[in-house]
Amino acid sequence: MSLRLTALAAALLLAGSAHAADPIKVGFVSTLSGPGAGLGVDIRDGFNLAMKQLNGKLGGLPAEVLIADDRQSPDIAKQAADRFLKKDKVDFMTGIVFSNIMLAVGPTVFENKTFYISANAGPSQYAGEQCNPFFFNVAWQNDNLHEAVGKIVQDKGYKNVVIVTPNYPGGKDAVSGFKRYYKGKVAEEVYTKLGQLDYAAELAQIRSLKPDALFFFLPGGMGINFVKQFVAAGLSRDTQLFAPGFSADEDVIKAVGPSMMGMFNSSHWAHDMDNAENKRFVADFQKEYNRLPSLYASQGYDAALMMDGAVRDVKGKVSDKAALQKALEAKRFKSVRGDFKFNTNHYPVQNYYLRAIGKDASGRVTNKTMGTIFTNHADAYVASCKMK
Amino acid sequence: MTQLILEQALNGLQFGLMLFLLAAGLTLVFGIMDCINLAHGSLYMVGAYFVAAATQAADSFWIGLGAGAAGAAVLGLLLELSLFRQFYKRDHLSQVLATFALILIANEAVRVIWGAQPVMLNPPDALAGPVEIGDFFYPAYRLVIIAFGLAVAGLLYLVVAKSRVGMWVRAGAANREMTEALGINVQALFTAVFVFGTALCALAGGLLGPLLAVQVGMGESVLILAFVVIIIGGIGSIRGALVGSLIVGSVDTLGRALLPTLLRALLPADAASTLGPALASILIYLLMAGILFFKPQGLFPARA
Repeated sequence: MSLRLTALAAALLLAGSAHAADPIKVGFVSTLSGPGAGLGVDIRDGFNLAMKQLNGKLGGLPAEVLIADDRQSPDIAKQAADRFLKKDKVDFMTGIVFSNIMLAVGPTVFENKTFYISANAGPSQYAGEQCNPFFFNVAWQNDNLHEAVGKIVQDKGYKNVVIVTPNYPGGKDAVSGFKRYYKGKVAEEVYTKLGQLDYAAELAQIRSLKPDALFFFLPGGMGINFVKQFVAAGLSRDTQLFAPGFSADEDVIKAVGPSMMGMFNSSHWAHDMDNAENKRFVADFQKEYNRLPSLYASQGYDAALMMDGAVRDVKGKVSDKAALQKALEAKRFKSVRGDFKFNTNHYPVQNYYLRAIGKDASGRVTNKTMGTIFTNHADAYVASCKMK
Repeated sequence: MTQLILEQALNGLQFGLMLFLLAAGLTLVFGIMDCINLAHGSLYMVGAYFVAAATQAADSFWIGLGAGAAGAAVLGLLLELSLFRQFYKRDHLSQVLATFALILIANEAVRVIWGAQPVMLNPPDALAGPVEIGDFFYPAYRLVIIAFGLAVAGLLYLVVAKSRVGMWVRAGAANREMTEALGINVQALFTAVFVFGTALCALAGGLLGPLLAVQVGMGESVLILAFVVIIIGGIGSIRGALVGSLIVGSVDTLGRALLPTLLRALLPADAASTLGPALASILIYLLMAGILFFKPQGLFPARA
């Protein structure tokens, strides 16, 4: 009898304490190996840095981050997400790099009524007709950075542009984003194979077209190779290179080196932005990982801060989904990019900046912010989002 | 216009010669010992990593290239003595399974040692820019690759076509049993060929490293091209490998350069921009299918 009572008491105690110590769980699925790994690794490192600064807590509550590598495969990502949602019962999901993977994983996450805070992928579908209360993007909508490049190429008065992108949906989106703001002549749209590494044939063709500017969107290793070969072919003398920030951030600069100097690119964030949050982020990131952060790292960092602010706002009651959504929409954190707000489709309305690659005071080749391209810029799809 | 044609021709030549370095070893191994080596692409990858590591250690690309290729040759020797030897008499399925396992092991080993991110390998500074001859521009490093490839191809031709060892190799490829019966130690010959082939593909990996990227899995895509080359050229034939490489290199380059423009003249712009790149990337496989239809043994069959 007494034994049974003790057992019962112990069980109750256990259940009680388990409940009290129930941590806030974050499921982090990202591309951590293969050619696209640089992006996922930076997002993860940015996220982890924020967690470290928060002493491993979100909104003052103990937190647990579960990490899985999707190896850039929608199937593997879906399995990992299922495990996090069903078995680990995570409170937030984040981390996915590529939009095709995001679109594959999204429906399960939303069905499960779990908030997804995208630190990168910003597909047009989730900004427009398929927008969802459980989806937030803390970075940008996919087209935004390309639109900003289109605007700057137009404003700088270039008249004859060649566009190079891989032959896949993201590449076609880049072209439409660019052309939304660039109204001049496009001499040629070159579509390459996704994952192509040798651009000799394309470069010869570009040389024969004699463009005054070239816009390329080649994420990851493709961009590294393209820029290297572009410079080696001597094309950089007559043609000005433009790219979205993805193809011209620290990961690419580190790989290509000084030959990238003089290239223009667009971003919503830069490591030299002058605000207290950003200075702390950049300094701590360098101390922790011994390299400059990229825009991906800043996005991962912001995603963690966003969760932290929202959990604090609802006083840890993450089960109250309506309240949590309100708290997330209210953006209860200070972003390293400066101020911004969420649009009705849960995508940012923010500034986009022009950066140029050059040498900084210490002689290091890196990005420098040159000016603002767009102020409080929203995406082109928000009108078709009928989120209640 | 001349710039464009000449530049594309050189691009095709450069791509073809690098394919030849890969295909030469593969076709001899396949031809003489009837052994399918799917891990040939992994040797190319490991060779590139060796060259990158040696270049970093020696701080000189050329020393790194030599040391890396030598290191890969030693690895090739060890693999031949320990593993490949056991599989010559087995059927193709066992060979495919064993060498496929090698691919997986090599990829994981490289990931463990060098990490999942691509490793940096840069050409010597002097070769980083373009060469200018009058109005003509061409990347200096690609020119060096072409010179290197031509030199190796010439040397290989001399050895295989003119020397005694070369005669044994050709005899072994044409009829192994008869060659053995004539008192040639085909086993030792094969070990030499295997090691030499490994060094050649490591050389290709090292030379292409600065142009492409030294990364895990770089061998798989190139392996498929090497097989296309030896099937077009005829298995076991060095001459076939050379001709096949140059055909594949030129067709791929010209296809990528001309097809989109050609299609645009024939089709609406939208369809052309979708169809062009897709068609360009399958062109060499169409070519292979065509050649197999008319010459199932390839262009220069080693076994008459």
